[in-house]
Amino acid sequence: MSKPVIATASLAGCFGCHMSILDIDERILQLVELVEFNKSPIDDIKTFTKPVDIGLIEGGCCNSENVENLRSFRANCKILISVGECAIMGGLPAMRNGIPIRECLEEAYFHTPTIDPADPRIMPHDEELPVILDRVYPNHEIVPVDYYLPGCPPSADLIWKALVALLEGKPLDLSYGLIKFD
Amino acid sequence: MPKGIIETVVARHRKDRTRLLDIVRDVREELGRITPEDTALIAASLGVSTIEVEGVVTFYHFFGNEAAGTYAVYLNTNIVAAMKGSTAIKAVFEKAAGVPFGNVTPDGRIGLHETSCIGMNDQEPSAIINGTIFTRLTPAKAKALVTAMEAGKDIRKLAVPLGDGANASKVVRSMVHNNIRRKGPVLFAPFRSGSALKKAASLSPEDVIAEVKRANLLGRGGAGFPTGLKWEFCRREKGQPHYVVCNADEGEPGTFKDRVILTEMPHLLFEGMALAGYAIGASEGVLYLRGEYAYLKPHLEKVLAGMRRKKWLGTGIAGKRGFTFDIAVMLGAGAYICGEESALIESAQGNRGEPRDRPPFPVQNGYFGKPTTVNNVETLCAAARILAKGADWFKTLGTPRSAGTKVLSVSGDCKKPGVYEVPFGLSVASLLAMAGGGDARAVQVGGPSGACIPRAQFERAIAFEDLATGGSVIVFGPERDLFEVVRNFMDFFVEESCGWCTPCRVGNVLLKRELEKIMAGKGTVRDLEEIEAWGKMIKATSRCGLGQTSPNPILTTLQNFREMYMAKVDAGRAFISEFDLEEAIRPAVAVTGQKPAGHAAEADHE
Repeated sequence: MSKPVIATASLAGCFGCHMSILDIDERILQLVELVEFNKSPIDDIKTFTKPVDIGLIEGGCCNSENVENLRSFRANCKILISVGECAIMGGLPAMRNGIPIRECLEEAYFHTPTIDPADPRIMPHDEELPVILDRVYPNHEIVPVDYYLPGCPPSADLIWKALVALLEGKPLDLSYGLIKFD
Repeated sequence: MPKGIIETVVARHRKDRTRLLDIVRDVREELGRITPEDTALIAASLGVSTIEVEGVVTFYHFFGNEAAGTYAVYLNTNIVAAMKGSTAIKAVFEKAAGVPFGNVTPDGRIGLHETSCIGMNDQEPSAIINGTIFTRLTPAKAKALVTAMEAGKDIRKLAVPLGDGANASKVVRSMVHNNIRRKGPVLFAPFRSGSALKKAASLSPEDVIAEVKRANLLGRGGAGFPTGLKWEFCRREKGQPHYVVCNADEGEPGTFKDRVILTEMPHLLFEGMALAGYAIGASEGVLYLRGEYAYLKPHLEKVLAGMRRKKWLGTGIAGKRGFTFDIAVMLGAGAYICGEESALIESAQGNRGEPRDRPPFPVQNGYFGKPTTVNNVETLCAAARILAKGADWFKTLGTPRSAGTKVLSVSGDCKKPGVYEVPFGLSVASLLAMAGGGDARAVQVGGPSGACIPRAQFERAIAFEDLATGGSVIVFGPERDLFEVVRNFMDFFVEESCGWCTPCRVGNVLLKRELEKIMAGKGTVRDLEEIEAWGKMIKATSRCGLGQTSPNPILTTLQNFREMYMAKVDAGRAFISEFDLEEAIRPAVAVTGQKPAGHAAEADHE
């Protein structure tokens, strides 16, 4: 039997959840034995090359590229997991929700202290740039999501246990310590 | 000058920090609004931090920094008001005043505001303008009111014709009607002043408690805690002094029976408070009156003054040495949550009305941290009647588990809305027959936090052992869209959540969003499952009664009217996204002028 295939992506996140995946430390060797990685920043595969069993999504959707990426994950992955606060709720990026887009963009490109007053004020508008959405969306509002791993970031142990449970087809046993955040 | 005015107001309240609600109310009345500078001035004259004052100013619906208008119109928008035509009234106000609700006219004269149930469900549509109640509004009347406000007329003179009973008295002069449809023997029977107090004074405090316990009096606010037991717990507490607090903050949408009791039977209530004081060893009582009922305050004060003259309050009550008790009336300022006893106590102490953690319960740690018994208006009245007529007599009424009568506030799609005092055990069907609502499709028992029951359950009894209720009964006729009802209730809870517990603050918003998704035909069976799971979670993890009951409108309709939900959801699909990429990028495109050729376009072609 071929190994299960895993893919990962960081959308509107900080890569902290990916760091947490790497925090499984030496167990990563065990993981590589158990699974094969496809599209992921971990192996730098840019496009899906085969059907994927488990997709791990960090971050929610703040721009059009995130949406495209998320939809392609949903289309290519049997199981999709929202990993971490941003994927589940929008997280820190969603703090801009409720602030008008114009205000957000002007704050970023016109008013930040690092802008040279002598420079012209330009709002980035190249057509190649992803377009920012009206608000930051949690992934499950855009595509169906199968599982959610809570935390900011979810701990390495939580991610490990969830993956092992999925791979072994066993119920997930989450001890209190793994989902206690304060 | 604001400074002078603020200092005068603060001095009038003896620089007492605990009177902050009164101070803020008076300052607002004098200045029309409370600017951040005013907040700082109030704080400075009281010697407290600005944030404490700001917290209070911004917590209450009838306060806030913004000007409410020289004439502040608060139109009730609860479900029954909507059923009786408040939407049309709203449009007339807006057209005549020239501003949408939530705004004040440019000259600052007229402010239009929405508010939740003001306790007039039997005479909707209704509004409060500068404290004066206007009931049974019609478009013509609303238009005339705007004209009068524009002309600077005295708003109180426009509240005509006057209502019945004490509503028409000189001190009340209100157009509110009592609509007492059925008088029972406990609340609305004639009562001879002093009869309860004389009896109480002839007994020891312990025997008063024993009599109330023997009568099996259960709290009438809805929770049904045994009153005698509460008094006993409170009496036993060592801390001094003890307090009696009467919860007259009836805010459950659809409830208005306390308003009628306060109008017609205040002397019965005050005797109940005094004998509660005697029983628990308290000499001070507080009546916490909801801000919406401020128009009754002079009336209540007058009754209190009369009772003091007759020595039914004060020292040596009923000729008994050491029986000392007096009552102060305090006003709320528009916050549903203050009906929760610990939030009410916080508010009465001049704070934000945020519930406390319990335990310790108010009987241990209540008003100013002292042992306090908080009882509903109706409970205290029943206690007075029990003393006057005896526990044995009381127990002949109602059912073995629910002794006595219940005063119900009936409104909605029925011919005779109003107040009904009925023995416990009465079936919903019998009540509907009395009220002329026999063709009802559903009945909301206990207000939004209670249950919505279908015809199949109309034989159920109104009693603590079956349908427990604080008294709100809202009738929905055969044509009524229950989704609109549920949405209105959820709007209410979203608005009234104090924000302390995340499950309540956020969860209710999510529940409402799910409901609207289903109403829009975009729901799936999975959404129904999520509603049930979230509802359960919100109820289990909120610390006060608001969050513990707020999912009920959705959960009970989902349980009792599941077919209505199933007809709306797409059973064939597991997931429907409401997300529309084109809509989502529109605002950014409008700002940057970007032509999304790349990702956005591609994503759409998937």
